Amino acid sequence: MSISSTISPDPLESVDAFRVRARAWLAENMPPAQMADRTREGRFDVERVLQRRLWDGGFAGICFPAEYGGLGLPVEYQHAFTEESMPYDMPVSMNVPTFGILAATLVDFGTHGQKLRHLPAILRGDELWVQFLSEPSGGSDLAGCLTRGDRDGDVFVLSGSKIWSSSAYVSDYAMCLARTNWDVPKHRGLTMFIVKIHQPGIQVDQIRQVDGTMEFCQEFFDDVQIPVADVVGEIDDGWTVTTRLLVHERNAVGGGSPFTSGRSTGHESTSDGDQLVAIARASGVEHDGRVRELVARAHVDQLVRSQLVDRITTGVTTGKMVPPCSSIIKLFGANVSIDRAEIGLELAGVEGVTWPSGDDPDPARVLGQASLSRQGIALGGGSNEIQRNIISERVLGMPREYAADREVPYRDVRRGPSSSSRRSTT
Amino acid sequence: MELVLSDEQEEFRQTTHKFLGAQSPISATRALVSSADGFDRAMWRRGAELGWVSMLVPEALGGGSLSEFGLADLVLVAEEMGRLVAPGPLVPTNIVAFALGRSPAGGEHAELLNALLAGEAVASWAHAESGRGWGNVATTATVDGDHLVITGSKQPIEAGAQASHLLVSAQSGDGLIQVIVPSDAPGLTATPMGGLDLVRRFARIDCDHVRVPMSAVVSTADRAHDDLELQMLVAAAVQCAETVGVVSRVFEMTLEYVADRYSFGRPLASYQALKHRFADMKIWLEACCATATAAARAVAAGRPDAAELVSAAKVYIGPRATQIIQDCVQMHGGIGVTWEHDIHLYLRRATVNRAMYGTPSEHAERIATIAFGVPA
Repeated sequence: MSISSTISPDPLESVDAFRVRARAWLAENMPPAQMADRTREGRFDVERVLQRRLWDGGFAGICFPAEYGGLGLPVEYQHAFTEESMPYDMPVSMNVPTFGILAATLVDFGTHGQKLRHLPAILRGDELWVQFLSEPSGGSDLAGCLTRGDRDGDVFVLSGSKIWSSSAYVSDYAMCLARTNWDVPKHRGLTMFIVKIHQPGIQVDQIRQVDGTMEFCQEFFDDVQIPVADVVGEIDDGWTVTTRLLVHERNAVGGGSPFTSGRSTGHESTSDGDQLVAIARASGVEHDGRVRELVARAHVDQLVRSQLVDRITTGVTTGKMVPPCSSIIKLFGANVSIDRAEIGLELAGVEGVTWPSGDDPDPARVLGQASLSRQGIALGGGSNEIQRNIISERVLGMPREYAADREVPYRDVRRGPSSSSRRSTT
Repeated sequence: MELVLSDEQEEFRQTTHKFLGAQSPISATRALVSSADGFDRAMWRRGAELGWVSMLVPEALGGGSLSEFGLADLVLVAEEMGRLVAPGPLVPTNIVAFALGRSPAGGEHAELLNALLAGEAVASWAHAESGRGWGNVATTATVDGDHLVITGSKQPIEAGAQASHLLVSAQSGDGLIQVIVPSDAPGLTATPMGGLDLVRRFARIDCDHVRVPMSAVVSTADRAHDDLELQMLVAAAVQCAETVGVVSRVFEMTLEYVADRYSFGRPLASYQALKHRFADMKIWLEACCATATAAARAVAAGRPDAAELVSAAKVYIGPRATQIIQDCVQMHGGIGVTWEHDIHLYLRRATVNRAMYGTPSEHAERIATIAFGVPA
């Protein structure tokens, strides 16, 4: 397998020279950015093609190790590329979770063989990855995992269910956390596996969300055989892998990941604010003092969010802040999104909640719809409440919460009556 | 606040920290509460020897800084002063020195500038006018022969009654100008005002046909508007850094307090209801640091988005800073609302800062003007 891309950058190339080369290449090769809904059917096929184009052009995986198909360059090169890529349609849905979370975790914990098999394929756009962590029995208590991985010779036999995996139905591989030892306390009996999603014994159901989208999935495992060679990290030490995966997740979602490329890296333009401005103008209220204050506040919040991303990223990279500080970005970002949804709903007014029949996507209508699922960002990737626990305990050093399952063999831990593999429908 | 400092800056920050800790502990600040000046002139002179007034003035005129941009160093002083709610007219004196250093007529004022740099004199920036909103000036300057005649009222003016000179903005026949006026000029009266901050003094300045020579002009009509805008950006950036120092210290001492204090047999810090509030305060505090840093950097480097970033910092930090401190008062319980506890000194400083150099609402309107492309 050839893992070198077609153009190797000059190792001495400066960021500026790289930027100039990227600018020219982007103009030549990438289609202009489009406003279309990124979650619509077929979008992932489009992104796979775009990612392949980046690979062929020598701009895929800018911060990934060169040994596994990346460019092995410092983050400044990625920032320059992202800035230059703003006018173009980029495969940004692949940033989270594939590049920023799963590929990043594979870089940290994968064996040489695992990395060689998967990283170049990921960077070519051939493999989309997701994480199978949450379970129907409980979202925030990730280590309270009930999915079983029972050893049988050279394989583990996987049974149970996972939930809230985004776009699993169109993805290829997952990192899946399962309990492989029930005789030790909960964090010590978990193992992380690489799981091929579309295979016999795995059923993937799409979940309809309040905004009508069908991106989230639930998976059911019925005695799926996983080779021992697909264990990530050590057997029974999957929690170490999970912890790192979650750090990558918070970085990627918050916009502080070096492994994501293109628009959704948190350094957003003012386009969000522009939407509010457009609605205020359309309603003829752009001179109303209260409207102006709301728009200004949303604008300031976005600005401060990206300044905070820069600060925390610098802090963690330079070792002046501990890695759990990424929770600061996550919690702040969620609050800003929720506040903005509230401001959007206020500005949208009646047009945000009723509209003429037809499919014409009026901006006010989009804001009204979006407000229904605004809490999603405060739940996914660790709820706001979990982030507050992390910040208070691991950043500020405050005492940890009492946990009834600490130092208890997991088979003896009490579970609620609703700990089944089916989603509750009430 | 700024995460990455040069070795020189870090050394300077530590020197400033130690100096303030030794020369200006909170007990010394409390002792100044009933003094007329609100600060110790001898200590101010020693601060000036450390460079507290030099940083925005070119080396050729006797100033100088460690960094390429002096503002990057000045915000370190401001933040350290904030951590101890130290007294001293840092912003007004620096703004006047900055204006004199930038003025094409600066040579006329070398003697005053030297006195300011040495800490022998302090100066005050008399721009605000009561009830008119930040930046609106009704004070007039009319030409009478080879003199200007200044008439109008300015308030609230920091260190207005302590300054030897005041930098006064006024409407001339050609537009806005800035003139430097000695505080003992006939017709000028400085009346001390009350205020929330126990040591930061403000005054009302009344100019009743105050005559100054033409050489007193620091900013002519062709540049005063831009000069005043830049002075505001610098003042607000320094003030935001001070507020960040204030809030950082309050947050630290409150975190220590809830770890040491027990109720129902366990530390206050172990209650999740309180832990979550600390997590919220932490993200707000880091956001304050981030936006204050970004604003200072943008102003220092003369970036085109400096005005936007300063207004964003003013909009964000003002209400957040007071909210964090008030929450910290709540964490302290009853002791937090006593005169005895130091937290009110911090709350006073942050509350006053919030309203100065444009209120959060006024800065939000500046942001809205940028976002909409039109003023209200």
